[in-house]
Amino acid sequence: MSTLLEVKDLVIKFALRTGEVTATNGVSFTLQKGERLGLVGESGAGKSVTGFSIINLISKPGYIASGEVDFQGENLAKVSDERMRSLRGNRISMIFQDPMMTLNPVLTIGTQMTETLHQHNPGMSQDEARNIALEKLRKVYIPSPEKRLAQFPHEFSGGMRQRIIIAIALLTDPELIIADEPTTALDVTIQAEIMELLMELCETDDMGLILITHDLAVVGQVTQNIAVMYAGSIVEKGATSQVISDPQHPYTQGLIAALPQSSRQGERLNQIPGMMPTLKDIPPGCSFNPRCAHVMDVCKIEVPQLRVGKNGNLVACYLYPLKKEQR
Amino acid sequence: MNDTLLSVKNLYKHFDISGGFLDQIKFSQGRLKCEKTWVKAVNNVSFDLAAGETFSVVGESGCGKSTLGRTIMGLYPPNGGEISYRGSRIDGLDHKQLLPYRKKMQMVFQDPYASLNPRKTIRQALADPLRFHNPQLTEGEIKDRIDEVMLQVGSDPQWISRMPHEFSGGQRQRISIARALIVDPEFIVADEPISALDVSIQAQILNLMMDLQQQRNLAYLFIAHDLSVVEHLSDRVGVMYLGTVCELSETGILFEQPRHPYTQALMSAIPKLEGGASTHVRLKGEVPTPINLPSGCVFHGRCPYVNQRCIDEIPQLNRLDDGRQVACHGVEEGRI
Repeated sequence: MSTLLEVKDLVIKFALRTGEVTATNGVSFTLQKGERLGLVGESGAGKSVTGFSIINLISKPGYIASGEVDFQGENLAKVSDERMRSLRGNRISMIFQDPMMTLNPVLTIGTQMTETLHQHNPGMSQDEARNIALEKLRKVYIPSPEKRLAQFPHEFSGGMRQRIIIAIALLTDPELIIADEPTTALDVTIQAEIMELLMELCETDDMGLILITHDLAVVGQVTQNIAVMYAGSIVEKGATSQVISDPQHPYTQGLIAALPQSSRQGERLNQIPGMMPTLKDIPPGCSFNPRCAHVMDVCKIEVPQLRVGKNGNLVACYLYPLKKEQR
Repeated sequence: MNDTLLSVKNLYKHFDISGGFLDQIKFSQGRLKCEKTWVKAVNNVSFDLAAGETFSVVGESGCGKSTLGRTIMGLYPPNGGEISYRGSRIDGLDHKQLLPYRKKMQMVFQDPYASLNPRKTIRQALADPLRFHNPQLTEGEIKDRIDEVMLQVGSDPQWISRMPHEFSGGQRQRISIARALIVDPEFIVADEPISALDVSIQAQILNLMMDLQQQRNLAYLFIAHDLSVVEHLSDRVGVMYLGTVCELSETGILFEQPRHPYTQALMSAIPKLEGGASTHVRLKGEVPTPINLPSGCVFHGRCPYVNQRCIDEIPQLNRLDDGRQVACHGVEEGRI
C-alpha cells in the first residue's frame, strides 16, 4: 500500500477580535490509498476544520498556522489558490452534511454535473460530459438517470439528493473523498443505503475516504481506522475494531460507554462529567484533564504525546508509558 | 392495563394545505371542481399509556410522530378519534377546560435553543408557568420550588438570574426539563429531547430523565428517531410509518425479533457498535407523500411480501401470542 495523504502537525488558528484561538493543535494522520478513515468527535472537537483544511476551505479569520498536508508529494497547505482549485473537486472531492443546501436550487442536476466536468476538462464536449454524468448517476443507483438530468434539486428527496452529491463528487474519479457528516441530516434507512454505497465505491475504485462524523456506530461499520478528536487534538488512533472494542484513552472509553447498547438496557448510562471546553479556554496540559477520572499532576502541566497503548492503539495519555524510541 | 393514564383511540390528524379559494379550483372530467388538499399526518392511531411508563414512538421523518405528540398535548385539534386522560375525554375541550390537564401534561421540545424565550431569565421561564397554574403561591414558595427543581435537574440554583444564551445546549435542555417539571406533572411528552445534543451530553440528559421518572413516577411519551436510545429507555415502543402504527410491542421482544416488514427494515438499518458487517434490508422506492396515501396497507409499495390483499385492504393492529400488535396481512396469514 502506498500513502495517499499525510497530515503532519497541523495547527489551525482563528484570529478573532478577542484574540487568537487554536482550532486544531498538532493533528497528524496518514491515509493509505483506498483506506477508509473515520474522524470522530463531538461538536467543537475540530474534526470538520481538519477535513476542510485538507482542501484549504478554511475561510478567514481561520488560517493554517503551521504543519503540512502532504498529498502525493505536494504540500497542500502551501500551494497557490489556482493549483488548489485544480485539485479540489478533481482529485479530492468533498461531500457536505446537508444535501438540501449543497445543490444549487436554480440549476438542473445535469447542468451542475456537466459544469464540474467542463471546469476540470475545458476541452470536453457536451455529449461526453453528459455520458459521464449518466454513468455516475447509474453508479449511485439513481433510477432513470436520463430523465433525472433535466430535473431540479427540489424534485428529489433528501436521500436522492445526497446520492446526486456523491455522483458529483465522483465525476472526476477522485483519489480521495472527504465526507463531512454525510448522513446526519438523513433517516436511518437512508443512512444505511448511503453508507453502503460509499463503502462499495471506495472498494471498487480504490478511493480513499475520510469520514467525519460524531456517530461512532456509523464509523464502526464503514471505516478501517479511527482517529478520535477532543478539543482540537487527536487523543486516540487505531484500527476501528480495536478502538471500539477496547478503547484506551479515558475520553474514548467514556464516549463509548455513554452510548446506549442493547446489552445494558435500562441501566444508567455512563456520563462524562462536565463538557468539552470551548476553544478559548482549553486547559493547560491534557485538554481532557478536568473531566478525567484518572487525572494526575503531570496531566495539568504538559500536553501528552501519542504513545502506544496496551493493544497497539496510539493514545495521547499519561496512563501509558512512552516507548524508548519515542523519548 | 390497570393504571391507564392516557388512552388514544382511532386518532386522526389531517392538515388542510389547500390554500386560498383560487388554489382549490381544479379542472377534471370537463368540469370545474373545488377541491381541498389534505396532509394526512396521523391516521387511526390507538394506544394506551400507563402511569410511570415510557412509551416511545419511533419512525422516520415525516411519519407523523411529532404530530401525534402535539395532538395529544392539545396543540393541534384532532380530526377524529378520542384522547382520554385518566378516563375523561380531553380532545375538543376549550382553553379553560384544558387548564387542569395542562398542569398534569407537559412537553419538552427538541431544540433547546428555540424552546426557551431568549429575553426571559431562567427565573422568569420557571416562575411563569408555576404562577400561572398556582396563583395562590407566595413569592417565597415560588423561589423554593425553583431552587428545588433546579437542583433536581442537576443545575445550580444560583444560575436562575442568567439568560438562556449563557448556557450550553445540554444545560438549556436541563432547564427545559425543569420548566416542564415545575408544575409537578404526571406525564411528559418528550419530542426528540436529545437529538440536538452531543453524545456525552445525551447520556447526561437520558440519565436525568430516567432518574426523574423513578423519583416522581413520571410517564413519558418519548418521540425519537434514534432506535438505540429508544431501546435503552422505553418499556413499550410503537413504530410509525406514514401516519399509522405498524407495530406496537414491548421493547425487548420488538428489538429481538421485529415482525412487521417495515420494522425489520428499520431495525436492520441501525448501525451497531458491537456488530460487524451490516445485514441491512434494502427497501425499494421511497416514502410516499402523506397527501395521497397508498390504498390498503400504506407500506405495500415498498414491501417485499406484498400481495393483492395488501393493496386492497387496510390492515388493522392484531394482537399476536407474545402480546405485541402488528398491522400486517402477511403476519396475520402466517406468510411472514
